[in-house]
Parts: sequence; structure tokens; C-alpha cells
Amino acid sequence: MATKVQPLTSTPKAATLSNEEILRYSRHLIMPEVGMEGQLKLKNAKVLLIGTGGLGAPLGLYLAAAGVGRLGLVDFDVVDFTNLQRQVTFGSSDVGKSKTEAARARLSNLNPDIEIESYETKLTSENALELFKDFDIIVDGTDNFPTRYLVNDACILLGKPNVYGSIFRFEGQATVFGMPDGPCYRCLYPEPPPPGLVPSCAEGGVLGVLPGIVGSIQAMETIKLILGRGDNLIGRLLLFDALAMKFRELKLRKNPDCPVCGNHRTITKLIDYYEFCGVRGEEAPGPNVQVPEITPRELKSRLDRGDDLFILDVREPHEYQICNLHGHLIPLGELPRRVHELDSSREIIAHCRSGKRSAEAVDFLRKAGFRKILNLKGGILAWSDEVDPSVPKY
Amino acid sequence: MAVKVIIPTPLRAYAGKRDSAEFKAATVGEALGHLTTQFSELRKHLFTDDGKLRSFVNVYVNDEDIRYLAKENTPTKDGDTISIIPSIAGGCR
Repeated sequence: MATKVQPLTSTPKAATLSNEEILRYSRHLIMPEVGMEGQLKLKNAKVLLIGTGGLGAPLGLYLAAAGVGRLGLVDFDVVDFTNLQRQVTFGSSDVGKSKTEAARARLSNLNPDIEIESYETKLTSENALELFKDFDIIVDGTDNFPTRYLVNDACILLGKPNVYGSIFRFEGQATVFGMPDGPCYRCLYPEPPPPGLVPSCAEGGVLGVLPGIVGSIQAMETIKLILGRGDNLIGRLLLFDALAMKFRELKLRKNPDCPVCGNHRTITKLIDYYEFCGVRGEEAPGPNVQVPEITPRELKSRLDRGDDLFILDVREPHEYQICNLHGHLIPLGELPRRVHELDSSREIIAHCRSGKRSAEAVDFLRKAGFRKILNLKGGILAWSDEVDPSVPKY
Repeated sequence: MAVKVIIPTPLRAYAGKRDSAEFKAATVGEALGHLTTQFSELRKHLFTDDGKLRSFVNVYVNDEDIRYLAKENTPTKDGDTISIIPSIAGGCR
């Protein structure tokens, strides 16, 4: 059952709105559910956004527009062209700029009456508690497991709500963790998946509108927490499938044995989350296979020499359409049942986008008895960098 | 008794790109057994080498977490929906 929450902000410090603010927020003020009281709560609220990317974009825009008085932005990344498909805070002219600074400029333009603090830093176990302590609500829009566990534990240690959202391809999850009687992220998932088992957005892709929807749900939950109105997603995991266009809801329970929020707590300070998750960052290499390699330049000169080489492309058909090296396409997942298409007496060069999937393919084929097989180091990305820049990178 | 197993996006690649499958099963364990027999590549993503459900994979019968029911022995009845909910971390940089 959903829990009614108490307003989080104590007695408002700002007690009035200027005439300009009254005009700006008039569509809030004429709703009894917000009104002057609610708008002042928003003005006095302090919300910290972890990540200014896909989820952070609608979060920043809507929370700034709604008049949340103090917004903190934490990110260490720089805007690049691949971000613009979904990170709608940024424009083409922001490419190359720091995300927190570009977001700050956009949000101050949207609402000059609010304070925006940008923290151009990676969130770590060393700085998290210090960063979080001055904010009422923490919103998790990060992209990797170590940071998600870090945000969760820091929120529990400080007793702050954690508005959670997560996306993959066309599926999203949202909930509110860290409320006094509610569950936390570790109650839901005591342990992260091993590195490499769950693909990241960079590997798996994401439909650009999806973070817009899930981030907007997080923004709505944040505003409801501030207003103390409605039923929040406490103890409820909202699942969204954009392809089926279906929302579902699952019950989340507080785990009495949870190491960070349960009855017998074993985690009482922040730990090393990279060690806990067994990775350095979200771009975890899969099973680390050592296979014989060829560099793009070596491959180019051998092709130019007229060597008889068989190029095996192990990407998916939709990737082949983006760009290819005229190789024979057998997606990695189909390789076991299509081995007969390959001639083990010929020299084979396997490649994919970055060299990771093709390393698995080379490993598999070597175990299947292929001896003359090499992996193209760095994949088609490196080919574009080192040999033929007309091949697009994706 | 037919129960529907919903396969989440990250695992569809290992399940012939299917988004769900139906099986006759009296318990959650039985349904997941049928699922991983039909799609053998799914097995390592759901179970450890000694056959235990992996800790980062949550399984629900309708809207209830089986950890708070009878785990894999949780009985299922005709028309129940089993959801596999793996952790996803994306927020997308």
C-alpha cells in the first residue's frame, strides 16, 4: 500500500513570491493542490540531481520550470554528439562543453529565479555525504551500478529520499527509495550483476524518448514529495514498456535483513563501490578473452597486398546497414549454428564495432578448431580512426 | 495450468527475441525450468552453476516478490503472470 508522506521541507524560509514569480507560476497557484503554500514549498526545496544525461534532462528542465528553489547538478562528463538524440537540455552548440555548465546555462535561462549549483565531479564515496547533506531529496539519474549503490547507501545513511529511475532500450523502472518505512535499492537488489552480463546503454542502445518519460516520472515524484501530496512510488516498482506501451507495478518490500537499512545493519559507512560491483565504471569488459589480433593498419596493408583474407562481421544486421567492411555477416549469437559457412583453411579476420564481440567469436572459433583466425583490434571504430575516416562511427 | 512468463528486454536476446512464453507449471521453479529448457542460453543468466536463482534477478508472481512467498516453490495457478526483473542501471550518459 502506498504511504502518505510528510512534507520534507521544514517551515519555509522564503515566505512570499514576487509579482513576477506569481505570474510565472500562475498555473500552479490556481490549483488548490499546489497553491501559494505548495509553490513556497517548491521555492524552499533543495534537490540534487545525480547525472545530467538522459534522465537528468527532463528532471532538470521540469524541476527548474516548476520553481524548485535550489537545484544541484552532479556530473563529470562532456556533451558529445551521441548525447543529443535524448539529452534535450543540450543543443548542438554545447558539444564539447561540460554537461553541468551547459545544463546550468540552459536551466538558468529557463528560470533565472532559482539557484543552480553545478558540481563538475564524479560522485565518490569520499564526496557523496558532503554533497548530499545540504539537499532534501536526491534524484538518481546515473548510468552505472557502482554509482547506484553509492547513491542508495549515502541516502540511507543520511535519511534522505532517493527518487530512482533506470532505463534500458525501451523499458524503464521508477520508484522512491529511502523513505523511513520504505525499502531501499539493496532491499530490491542485494547484489549487482557481474560485469559484462548486463549491457550498458552504450552497448544496448536506448530509444531517445524513453529517458524523457522515465525522467519525467522521477520529476513528478520529486515534486509530490516536496508538496506532500498524493501517493508516491514508495514500496512500488513502476515498470514501463514503451514498445507495448504498458505500465505495470510490482510490490517492493523492506527487507528486514537488508545490510544497509534492515534490523541488523552491517554497512554503516560508504564502501568501495567499484570493488563491490567488480568493475571500473559501467563500460565493463565482458569475459576477458585473450585472442590473437591484427591492427586496422596491418589489415589494410595486407588487403592492399592482395592477401586472401576472409572478413567475418559478427555484428547484427541493423549494424551492418550503418557501415561495413564488406565482410560476411554472421551475428555472434548465430555463430554456433552457422559455423559450417566458414572455411577453416582460409585466413579469417573477425570484427565487430569495438572488438569485444569479435574477440568472443575468435575465442569460440579457436575452441572449435579454427587456427588461422585473428580479431580486428578496436573493431570498425578503430578502422574509421586509423584507416578510413569515411566509415561512420556509431 | 498455463502461466505466462514475461521475459525482460535485456534477456530477450537469449530467448529467441520473445517477450513472453507460456507453460503449464504448478510452481515458479517448474515454469522457469521449462523456460530455460526451451531457451538454454537463458540458464546462465538466471541461475548460478549450482542451480540457484541469481541474486540480481528478481522473480515475481503477479505483483509479489517470490522471496517473500515460497521462493521457487511458490505455487502458480492458471492465468498467473511470472515476471523476471533483472537490475538495469541505465540513465544514459
